Amino acid sequence: MAAHAHTHSPASPSERLLEPVWAQVMDITNEAEGISTYWLKFTDPAVEAAYTFEPGQFNMVYLPGYGEAAISISSNPADPTLVGHTIRFVGNVTRAISRLKVGDVVGVRGPFGSYWPMKEMEGHDVIIACGGIGLPPLRPAIYHIMNNREKFGKVYLLYGARTPKDLLYPTEFEEWERAGIQVQVTVDRADEDWQGQVGVVPMLFYRFRMDAPNSVVLTCGPEIMIRFVVYEGLARRVPAEQIYVSLERNMKCGQGSCGHCQLGPYFICKDGPVFRFDALQPYFNVEEF
Amino acid sequence: MPSDRSPEIGSTVSIQKHIFNALLEKLKTQGYEVVGPHVENETLVYAPIQKLEDLPRGYVTEQEAGSFRLVYTGHTRYFDVIPGAQSWKQFLFPSHANLFNLKKVNGAWEMETPKPTAPAYAFIGVRGCELAAIQIQDNAFLRSDFTDPIYRVAREKAFILAVNCMHPAGTCFCASMGTGPRVEGDADLTLTELEDVFLLNVGSELGRNILAGLPYESASAFVLNAANRGLERATLQMGRSMDTSDLPDLILNNLDHPHWRAIGERCLSCANCTQVCPTCFCWDATDTLSLDGNQTRRERVWDSCFNPGYSYQAGGNTRPTIHSRYRQWMSHKLGTWKVQYGTFGCTGCGRCITWCPAAIDITVEVADLRKEIR
Ligand SMILES: Cc1cc2nc3c(=O)[nH]c(=O)nc-3n(C[C@H](O)[C@H](O)[C@H](O)COP(=O)(O)OP(=O)(O)OC[C@H]3O[C@@H](n4cnc5c(N)ncnc54)[C@H](O)[C@@H]3O)c2cc1C
Ligand code: SF4
Ligand code: SF4
Ligand code: FES
Repeated sequence: MAAHAHTHSPASPSERLLEPVWAQVMDITNEAEGISTYWLKFTDPAVEAAYTFEPGQFNMVYLPGYGEAAISISSNPADPTLVGHTIRFVGNVTRAISRLKVGDVVGVRGPFGSYWPMKEMEGHDVIIACGGIGLPPLRPAIYHIMNNREKFGKVYLLYGARTPKDLLYPTEFEEWERAGIQVQVTVDRADEDWQGQVGVVPMLFYRFRMDAPNSVVLTCGPEIMIRFVVYEGLARRVPAEQIYVSLERNMKCGQGSCGHCQLGPYFICKDGPVFRFDALQPYFNVEEF
Repeated sequence: MPSDRSPEIGSTVSIQKHIFNALLEKLKTQGYEVVGPHVENETLVYAPIQKLEDLPRGYVTEQEAGSFRLVYTGHTRYFDVIPGAQSWKQFLFPSHANLFNLKKVNGAWEMETPKPTAPAYAFIGVRGCELAAIQIQDNAFLRSDFTDPIYRVAREKAFILAVNCMHPAGTCFCASMGTGPRVEGDADLTLTELEDVFLLNVGSELGRNILAGLPYESASAFVLNAANRGLERATLQMGRSMDTSDLPDLILNNLDHPHWRAIGERCLSCANCTQVCPTCFCWDATDTLSLDGNQTRRERVWDSCFNPGYSYQAGGNTRPTIHSRYRQWMSHKLGTWKVQYGTFGCTGCGRCITWCPAAIDITVEVADLRKEIR
């Protein structure tokens, strides 16, 4: 295998501590104020050929000199040659990423973590409830459903952002609708052009009738929103075993080794980030745990 | 006596104390870097030792919550000292380790990954609690799905001479945690010190090999008896105890108890307890960029759940309060660790009690939590 001079081929992948592989920024999509999608292509063709991911998994994106950030993969799992990362610029690493240009190279490790239960969801109605930067980790699930639409029942996307300008991927909503996904969008604060709904994501549960025992709920976003989404789901008698939550924590390794991402007995990087809600229930309401 | 004879695995032999120097010599000849307890700059450290006399003969440590004193009493035993702040963790899981270095060459990053290396250590005087701690870290670092290369390289070469503990300190509670004072884990050799002789129990082929050709005798019933009596006495002399019968439930079912807040009022979040703890394994990764921006050194360093930055995350700190960090620490040690790895994350070594500037005592906090719930 002719690896590039600047890539490293590990003797045994399970012993690779933090060495990344390299990927080039092929394109940058400006999504909203302070949020862009970086389309990455591995520089080593062998890495590219071997790379696949499941909807809901994440990569550790590394910028030499700055460090790593855990970033969900937001692109189509059917095409893992161009891997999308929708990044909000909040801190040290992500602000440095915001200064990248097409052609620049970043380090990548991954994919890591558990994923949305696409197989188990087949035959069920699907409710995808997310807020803000919670949509990117769910977009691969949406693409997967579109790629296999006949395998799923009714599909709803309940999505909210602070203002209309903060909505991610708005130009894709129509295409998702055409593929048979009911897209319900809400904002916390409207502007003069906004025709849609105003309010928080959990309110969108009141806008349709669900077949609760046959529904699977997937949710990701601010913790407070997750809490209310779970509450609305349980209140409508969606079993806890059919509610899936994706969580975030400070992460340094992605391999269940550095300890940072723990929530009770779980290492969110490897036991999560996607959890079935019943597994989280004992810890979810403990403040600051 | 024939010079090539060696004792059977599982047997116990006795040697004259001065013969221990020949044992150390043998380890050195075989390429081991021999480390053991040593008094340096008026405190107790784990450092390279050359000969028996480098061990802290005549010293004891007086340990209480928030206090440690190394005292010279002039006794004649080499292995009586209960360890200080340092543990074997610093050799197997170094506080700083270089992961890789990057250099920008023609606009691309070139990576140089140093192959993890470590000397073949011979650890002299590993106590039961400390051996248990090493095995606890094995569970974290040598998993079937992920093996830490830095840890593995040092661990798989290490020779372990364990020692049964005859005079525990005031903060010890290994008897409660089932890790001591008798060495329970697998060691190459396990030593018991009596007034005149060292008893050595052979635990492995390596241990057997080191004893081969040395002048030893098989241990008599008399000395074995003396050793057992000493260990029974040590169990009774344990400075502290912890009731583990209702753990981990006591903690996991009471994560919202007000007692956590009460501890948070006293804890300084200084992270001492996690730095001295021989089982704490959390780490951080850092980049050190050269001034011209063309080179960076990536390192792994010890971290602590008490550091505010440990749980920073866009959207805020997961554990912004001190009590939530203490609860994370203790509920991990005595609660969730068991779920993760099948054992407690605490061996009862007492270091966190001794080295806490606020004299917070894990055994007292567990007992108080239990009292308040009943
Ligand atoms: C599984 C997973 C998936 C994720 N997916 C995505 C994704 O798809 N897109 C995305 O944008 N993000 C995602 N994140 C979040 C992302 O990893 C974090 O935002 C990450 O912290 C960004 O790194 P950073 O270095 O830019 O920020 P940091 O510098 O780590 O800062 C993070 C936050 O902490 C604050 N902070 C840092 N240090 C301190 C301090 N000492 N005192 C006070 N505040 C401090 C910063 O102000 C900032 O708000 C994901 C996280 C996880 C765990
Ligand atoms: S928690 Fe305290 S007593 Fe237990 S192993 Fe760690 S330092 Fe020793
Ligand atoms: S318990 Fe004691 S040693 Fe540990 S962080 Fe708090 S003050 Fe420091
Ligand atoms: S990120 Fe290191 S243990 Fe999960």
